Amino acid sequence: MTRSERRNLRNGLLFASPYILGFALISFYPLAMTAIYSLSDYDAIKPPAWVGLDNFLRLTTDDRFWTAVKNTLFFTVASVPAGLALALALAMLLSLKVRGQAVYRTIFFLPTIVPLVVSSVLWIWVFSPENGLLNGVLHQIGIENTPGWLTSRAWAKPALVLMSLWGIGGSMVIFIAGIADVPQSLYEVADLDGAGPLTKFRHVTLPMISPVILFNLVIGLINGFQYFTQAYVMTNGRGDPADSTLFYALYLYRSAFYYLQLGYASAMAWIMFIVILAATLAVLASSKRWVHYHAD
Amino acid sequence: MLTRVFNGIAARALLIAASILFLAPFAWMISTSLKSETRIMPRPGESIQWIPTTDKFDEQGRNLVTYNGKTAVNLGRDEASGKYKLLLEGSEVEAWEEDFTNQQRVGLHWQNYVRAFQTIDFPRNLRNTLYICFMTVAGTLVSCSLVAYSFSRIEWPGRNLLFLLVLATMMIPYEVELIPLFVLYKELGWTGTFKPLIVPAFLGTPFYIFLLRQFFMGIPKDLSAAATIDGCSEFGIYAHVILPLSKPALATTALFMFLFQWGDFLNPLVFLQDDRQWTLSLALQQFQSQHNSAWGPLMAMSTVITTPIIALFFLTQRTFIQGITMTGLKG
Repeated sequence: MTRSERRNLRNGLLFASPYILGFALISFYPLAMTAIYSLSDYDAIKPPAWVGLDNFLRLTTDDRFWTAVKNTLFFTVASVPAGLALALALAMLLSLKVRGQAVYRTIFFLPTIVPLVVSSVLWIWVFSPENGLLNGVLHQIGIENTPGWLTSRAWAKPALVLMSLWGIGGSMVIFIAGIADVPQSLYEVADLDGAGPLTKFRHVTLPMISPVILFNLVIGLINGFQYFTQAYVMTNGRGDPADSTLFYALYLYRSAFYYLQLGYASAMAWIMFIVILAATLAVLASSKRWVHYHAD
Repeated sequence: MLTRVFNGIAARALLIAASILFLAPFAWMISTSLKSETRIMPRPGESIQWIPTTDKFDEQGRNLVTYNGKTAVNLGRDEASGKYKLLLEGSEVEAWEEDFTNQQRVGLHWQNYVRAFQTIDFPRNLRNTLYICFMTVAGTLVSCSLVAYSFSRIEWPGRNLLFLLVLATMMIPYEVELIPLFVLYKELGWTGTFKPLIVPAFLGTPFYIFLLRQFFMGIPKDLSAAATIDGCSEFGIYAHVILPLSKPALATTALFMFLFQWGDFLNPLVFLQDDRQWTLSLALQQFQSQHNSAWGPLMAMSTVITTPIIALFFLTQRTFIQGITMTGLKG
């Protein structure tokens, strides 16, 4: 190696050293330890005791685990497509030359600024069956039998899905940027071919923003699988009523810090990691069929 | 031509409708925070009230009520009959409670805010939150810019491989790291302090390393070359050339990190123990779980926690939106 190459190597490593240290301490070490804990019985007081795949086997027969999986899947499948559709719809509306665009954009983006705990507390109040905003409005338009929302086993998850739609401002902003990037010339060519607005949307806009759709989709999935704060705050950490809002991350948290079964929780953590990885890879693989990357 | 006008009107109508839906919870939050208990829990059949009101009284402190469409004065309840005595146009009448309503005037019930501040040690929670926010932002700016510089402005073998590693770790759910980190911090004696929340910021965050690296890559190499010729060290180039040119990306990083830390819940929940260390998010959640029907004070506290962040957002709007589009498109 030449002297300057050696100097570059030294400097490169030096500048990157915070991350190298960080990776070792905060990523590698915990990953390795979680793998070890997942194969042990560990309650944070006595040292871990090796139990092999016992934790994983126990999970397969744990009803609450499967409830947590189902709840998380329901929430993700319900909220992600709906959220993307709403974000895209609003982004399209805001991409038309309407006056006061910046104001509307701010309004729709504002909920994402609010700390999650605040949103959660606020929406508990909005969903209050007797005095909340939602049932109040429903009563005023004549609907008498209003659901119990967070107090009802059937309506608690749909309530959380509804609440998640309030926070689509982030994806919306990214869609707006993506839509703005579509070359105007493509629309003009479509006009010449006699295309109407719907055709233009399907054959020009959608393909051109498909990379952005992919991005929002992957981020949405990852966030859906890791849904925690809102579930914790709105159910006092319990997943009420009757485990209907016991999400995966919530069950993991409870297993670790409430029931002090760190080994069990670590097994759950690894499963979560693998599932998220698999889902992301699956989406990325499928993207070859529907995502068009443009050369600029 | 007509369709374009119609589209404009239809679009505007939809946007206004959506805006009302999106703003309604905020309005509801502020409105509730200024209502007294009786106004928060309306009687059945009363419609939603947006503007906080209080009871109207006459000069002698007696409630003014509406009875049969007319104004009357509530003289009090007759214990024997259970009915209320009202003074209506000079003569006394008797009425059941359901037959009259208290007249209202606009009134803001600021006591909710007082009560919220009395129950939670707000100044301390605010101090804690600000401390954590500033320390983590400082740590992130320093560490992530240094690492991003290494990945973009220095050529060294293995650089791209390490960068791929950075990207890969972004995929790891935090829950996987949380438990061993908790055990590690416990062994170190760091639980119950702010260290678990602050120290990691100084060790680099993949997301911001990524963001800054992309940005640094866009700065022309000639500038670094020119500085080298002038005798600048690598660190000198970093400090005097790259950093000054990267203000937008650095501002975005600082803003996002600040926002995240302000509202962070899981980390304070797991690592902090003493309620004197609580952050605002944690304090609000604890308040809610202990007084879960004190909606007036709860909404007051929520309003107080949200307002600074919204103000900050309005001041830095452009940086914000630019930052989000930067992350979404350069992916």
